[in-house]
Amino acid sequence: MAKSIEVSDLDIYYGDFLAVEGVSMRIPARSVTALIGPSGCGKSSFLRSLNRMHEVVPGARVRGTVAVDGQSLYDAAVDPVEVRRQIGMVFQRPNPFPTMSIYHNVLAGMRLNNRRIPRAEADDVVERSLRGANLWEEVKDRLNKPGKDLSGGQQQRLCIARAIAVRPQVLLMDEPCSALDPISTSAIEALIDELRRDYTIVIVTHNMQQAARVSQDTAFFNLAAAGGPGRLVEMNPTRQVFASPDNPDTEAYVSGRFG
Amino acid sequence: MSTDVWAGTARRRLADHAFAGTTRSAGLVILLALVGVVVFLTGEGLPALTAGAVDLRGHGNLVAYLWPLLFGTVLAAALAMLIAAPLSIGVALATSHFAPRPVGRAIGYAVDLLAAIPSVVYGLWGIGVLGPWLVPIYQWLGEHLSWLPFFSGPVSATGRTILTAAVVLAIMVLPIVTAIAREIFTQTPTLQEEAALALGATRWEMVRLAVLPYARAGLVSAVMLGLGRALGETMAVAMVLSATGVVTLDLTSSTNPSTIAANIALNFPESSGLAVNALIASGLVLFALTLAVNVAARAVVASRARSLGR
Amino acid sequence: MIDVALEPVQPHFARLVVAEGRLPRWAPALTAVVSLAAAGLAGLGLGWSPVAVVAGAAALHAVGVPAWSAVVENGRAAVDRLATSLVWVALAVALVPLVSLIRQVVVLGAHQIDGEFLTWSMRNVVGSGGGIYHAVVGTVLITLATTAISVPVGLLAAIYLVEYGGGSRTASTLRFMVDVMTGIPSIVAGLFAYAVFALLLGPGIHLGIGGSVALSLLMVPIVVRSAEEMLRLVPVELREASYALGVPKWRTVVRVVLPAARAGILTGVTLAIARVVGETAPLLIIAGATDSVNTNLFGGQMESLPVFIYYSYTQPGLHPQYAQGHAWGAALVLIAIVVLLNLAARTLGRLLALRVNRRR
Repeated sequence: MAKSIEVSDLDIYYGDFLAVEGVSMRIPARSVTALIGPSGCGKSSFLRSLNRMHEVVPGARVRGTVAVDGQSLYDAAVDPVEVRRQIGMVFQRPNPFPTMSIYHNVLAGMRLNNRRIPRAEADDVVERSLRGANLWEEVKDRLNKPGKDLSGGQQQRLCIARAIAVRPQVLLMDEPCSALDPISTSAIEALIDELRRDYTIVIVTHNMQQAARVSQDTAFFNLAAAGGPGRLVEMNPTRQVFASPDNPDTEAYVSGRFG
Repeated sequence: MSTDVWAGTARRRLADHAFAGTTRSAGLVILLALVGVVVFLTGEGLPALTAGAVDLRGHGNLVAYLWPLLFGTVLAAALAMLIAAPLSIGVALATSHFAPRPVGRAIGYAVDLLAAIPSVVYGLWGIGVLGPWLVPIYQWLGEHLSWLPFFSGPVSATGRTILTAAVVLAIMVLPIVTAIAREIFTQTPTLQEEAALALGATRWEMVRLAVLPYARAGLVSAVMLGLGRALGETMAVAMVLSATGVVTLDLTSSTNPSTIAANIALNFPESSGLAVNALIASGLVLFALTLAVNVAARAVVASRARSLGR
Repeated sequence: MIDVALEPVQPHFARLVVAEGRLPRWAPALTAVVSLAAAGLAGLGLGWSPVAVVAGAAALHAVGVPAWSAVVENGRAAVDRLATSLVWVALAVALVPLVSLIRQVVVLGAHQIDGEFLTWSMRNVVGSGGGIYHAVVGTVLITLATTAISVPVGLLAAIYLVEYGGGSRTASTLRFMVDVMTGIPSIVAGLFAYAVFALLLGPGIHLGIGGSVALSLLMVPIVVRSAEEMLRLVPVELREASYALGVPKWRTVVRVVLPAARAGILTGVTLAIARVVGETAPLLIIAGATDSVNTNLFGGQMESLPVFIYYSYTQPGLHPQYAQGHAWGAALVLIAIVVLLNLAARTLGRLLALRVNRRR
């Protein structure tokens, strides 16, 4: 079910400003790929280009290809709405819909596609997704309570449940634990480890230890020069990136000499 | 030396007190003015309770005099809000989410211009342009929908009906509601909008999921503030409406209810004696009505702010 | 370990992106042209006015694009396009009256304005001729007096709320009262002024200053609101710097805080003036109307532009075409004054604010 992503020579522009240049990589299916690098090196922009979320900023565009299963996401005939249906995203700060209950939050994505879901099927989806996000036991008795009443870590897991309820091919995570406490963080890391059995996951993180714990492959982004575009410096299996990276800049970053 | 220092301090403290006192008295003036409004209006309005048919344009007592005016006021304002509310929300959405930035700015200027036009000029336009333009539409309504009580009577030839007045009111009230709605729409947290988009929502679905729920209370309050303005609007209604003071739901005929404000404007200059008192009493009723609507509008916003823990 | 049951994949998700058809980029433009053509033909046949033709075309377009989308794309995209159409339709409907009104005022009023119109009053004028001089003079005097009353009261009250009131009961009551005041219908303000002056000077009284009192009731809350906002924007650090130098509070407010907020307050006051300049109802009631120039705010009836417009149009007398023409001319002058005041407010704000920043 989960697919791999093929990126080839991708440039990301905001208006005339080149933010990310010449990225080529292959993100393997059913595994976790971490994107690391110093602030402002374009890893979030790159992540967002994978589900065309960067287009929310007026004037943003790309050159090059992003292809899933051989199908380019940026074809003229492709609707970005459909892309985002099949490539889900979890954000830095949890953002459940405040006026909806936990139950309806999980279903929000599904309801956009099928207006009438029979109650039994809806209940099924909610339970499956909440179990998949390791949240079911904690909220099964208060599904009708507002989503915003949960703790930070629970809210983030609710957002993950909402994202997987629509059964996407790929799950993108933009620093999902940066706003959470250490205990919630490790709960989510454990969750990511389970989710990778069914989804292709790409995670941006500032925390190198997290990347080392959670991912199978790691991609290191860096700025070529101050004010210049971000570039992919190296992408390799995680163990290799942290133990014996190919590139000296990678080595400098992972050993904490800059970043 | 030391005496000077203390003298200086005393003088400074006096100046400080004087200044503070002046500001406080300005506040007091405002409070007194408001109290004065209520007191004077009640004082001058009460004698109208004793007025008879001579002063009350044929009505037996003050209540019978006030009731048709109240009916007309609420009818005109309600019709105006029915027209203005969806229009305002549409214009506000156009500015906040559907139009590119420079177009949105131009729309903002146009809406500001709408707000700046004096009501008497709206009245001129209502009689001169809108009324005649609506007559064919009223005729069509009278022909095809006369089974509805709204369009049952004979159609006005000049178009100076309460529906026309309501349309003018709607246009006058639109800038207020639009400005508040636009503020609220642009303040929707980006995080919520992105959450909707990332789930694969179209733009309209994103508005439905993230923007409108966030804006609900504020929109209610905005509409109520617009309603308060529509209830109190005088000149446009006074000029556009050809009023005979009846109580009717017929929207397209030439016999229309009048509103409190229009009634005062039309009759005050030529009135004397208890008739003046009756007009003032109607003004007091209008004031109470708009006050209630405005207070309710603010209460809605306050309770929503409390429930969101702000 | 939680076991996520793997359900059989539904065929819909087998291919990653179901690239269903998409409407070509030129689809809305094509629909617009076709709708216009269709409506135009219908209009020619049925004798519609140009406005009706445009309205018909707009309706066809608003329905056509979503329908086409429903066939080629999918239901959700169609709903999205429909919503977009409706939003733009709402915008058009809201702007049409503005265009119509401005056009009407300019077309009917522009040729009225000449030297005589601007410098003569209506004294002893029957039929053609005469002008709005007395009305302009009245408006200027009444507005000046209103400003003279409202700005001190409003500004001082705002200073009280920001600098002295704090969160006290008095301050929140005052703020509530100011809010209430913003909702007073203008005619009620006029009635109040009448009641006061009738008590002092007997019934049937008409005074220019009475109009100023009534308009002040409407202007003060606007001044208080905007001044309060501007004063709050002045950073606390500025005040503290002054206190730390031993400057007393009143001096700090007058010499430090007010100048810092000067631009915004001036803008707010100008906008408030623009608001009250067009008010008719209170002036009808208390300031009255006359054909001659009156420069005494305390003596007798005083004409004003809005009242002139009202009476000229609704009680045109023996020569309606002249009187109503005057009304449109005066309307143009009044709108011009209001627009100029609004523009002045905007540029004032920018000018004065710039001067503060340039010191860097």
